[in-house]
Amino acid sequence: MTETGVALEAVEASGRGAVAMFLRNKAAVFGLIMFTLILFMTIFGPAIYGVDPDAMVARPFAPPGDEFGPRLGVDYLGRDVLAGVIGGGRTTLLVGAVAAGMSMTIGLLIGGLAGYYGRRIDAAFMRLTELFQVLPALLFAMVLLTLMGPSSKTVALAIGLVSWPAAARLTRAEFLRIREQEYVKAARAIGAGDLRIMIRTILPNAMPPLIVATALTVGIAILFEAGISFLGLGDNRVVSWGSMIGKNQGYLLEAWWTVTFPGVAIFLTVLSISMIGDGLQDAFNPKLRGR
Amino acid sequence: MLALVRGIGFRLIQAFGLLIAVIVLNFILIQIAPGDVALTLAGEQGSGSPEFLAAVRAQYGLDQPILIQLFQYLWNVLQFDLGESFFWGRPVLELIQEKIFATILLAGTALAFAMTIGVLLGVFTARRPESMTSHGVTILSLVGYALPVFWTAIMFLVVFSAKLGWFPIGGIEDVRYEGGFFGELLDLIEHLVLPAFTLGIIYLAYYSRLARASMLEVLESDYIRTARAKGVDERSVVYRHALRNALIPVVTIAGLQFGALFSGAVLVETVFSWPGLGRLAFESILRRDTPMMLGLLIVSAAMVIVANLLTDLVYQWIDPRIRVGGKR
Repeated sequence: MTETGVALEAVEASGRGAVAMFLRNKAAVFGLIMFTLILFMTIFGPAIYGVDPDAMVARPFAPPGDEFGPRLGVDYLGRDVLAGVIGGGRTTLLVGAVAAGMSMTIGLLIGGLAGYYGRRIDAAFMRLTELFQVLPALLFAMVLLTLMGPSSKTVALAIGLVSWPAAARLTRAEFLRIREQEYVKAARAIGAGDLRIMIRTILPNAMPPLIVATALTVGIAILFEAGISFLGLGDNRVVSWGSMIGKNQGYLLEAWWTVTFPGVAIFLTVLSISMIGDGLQDAFNPKLRGR
Repeated sequence: MLALVRGIGFRLIQAFGLLIAVIVLNFILIQIAPGDVALTLAGEQGSGSPEFLAAVRAQYGLDQPILIQLFQYLWNVLQFDLGESFFWGRPVLELIQEKIFATILLAGTALAFAMTIGVLLGVFTARRPESMTSHGVTILSLVGYALPVFWTAIMFLVVFSAKLGWFPIGGIEDVRYEGGFFGELLDLIEHLVLPAFTLGIIYLAYYSRLARASMLEVLESDYIRTARAKGVDERSVVYRHALRNALIPVVTIAGLQFGALFSGAVLVETVFSWPGLGRLAFESILRRDTPMMLGLLIVSAAMVIVANLLTDLVYQWIDPRIRVGGKR
């Protein structure tokens, strides 16, 4: 119990300092507020706004501010753009979060086992990681999607399956470094098993860079989902930011608002997440501030 | 010298193994994919008696044990036979050969642009980390990273091509244009600028940040202090002593991101109707052209492997202490 106690205390102490550091960082706090607002919009927005993003609500191409039309205008089929931005956010954020979760889980498993056991397991898992790294992610995901058929679940699965190598490499590096530390040797000396050492001794100490990596991965997964649904390879039954841009791109000259607003939504979401990621990085690693 | 040759040899063997793994993975994907050649042909002819299916499968060797099929497939691919496209009815490799130059041109230009400007910005801001320009570059890199590339592509196309008329609307050349070699070159460049710039923005964001961070770190090291102390002038310290070491992480990331560049090319090529591999990939996905897709996956992975090998060689040139194939 002692070894995990010490490790946990160290993490908690650095955690408390990190929160204070994070809150002192204006850009990070700004990002956090922006992201919270976006999250709030996608969770409660549909209920509050109450307009079906698939319904025809006004004459096609009614611009924003049109007295008969909704706030952000309507698209070529007369669908409310604001309702689309609100409803599409749900798809994009959910798929992005699930995909990032999968990517981090696979990366953690492969990288953790490779870094902890070393030798043959390390060599085998690293070859596997290299294999996934030389396949261009979007192309590979497109192939997987044609095999699995398009749906929100398969999109998340495809993104998760192609984007884990970075997380695996990072986890491996951290595990390699930490397993040589004194407290890990102490844990082993008092007879802690491999699984216990990995999960309760090494993992908490590897957390800071992994949390930062998770933030970045969520951002990448959101951009990825947007790209896939832009190409029309996602689930066409649900509205998402990418598919709004893809379907309306031909009408940009007549109706700039149909493409602009979903794009701005993606941009602000990823921007806020990167700002949070940067803030976390600085908070965990004060020496590297501003790099 | 011997060590160098051995190192390169080791890396080549490793790269070859990786290529074999990619091909085997492709074979597995083919096995998972629903339908086969026999069903496709039966669909085209509108008749599919069991005898016909069996005959076609025997003809294409699909009745052989799976391992024999795998070796046959490996052998074919290693002889550059990637099969025939379902949709175009032509050899996959031939179609790829027609489009590969356009993609290399686009991705290469984007990479060169992002590397040069990114490193310059990084070096420039690392010298004055607290200046306004430095903070500006940090913000720009955050913005560049968060922009969805397909969206910027559409916006640029509409603003700079359709509204302002500065650049042509998509494509790689104006077919009506006749103006000798230089005229055609100019025409190509006109078509290249906007897509390459769009694709380059994301990487510009990465590299400027990375170059700045690594430059800041290098500038703090002892040998830089020594160089300054012995009176080497500042420009020489920055560009000759520090830059060389600061470039190593930038080159690492550039090499690793070659695959990502390819992914970005799919989106940019689709928007700008750039006749490259990315657009070909998008079209073959829409047409469920499995041999074409898998051929593209193999060729693009091979390109990434080659790019990684080249990165290793560039390392050597930047830092002779790094031996190819071994650790530092």
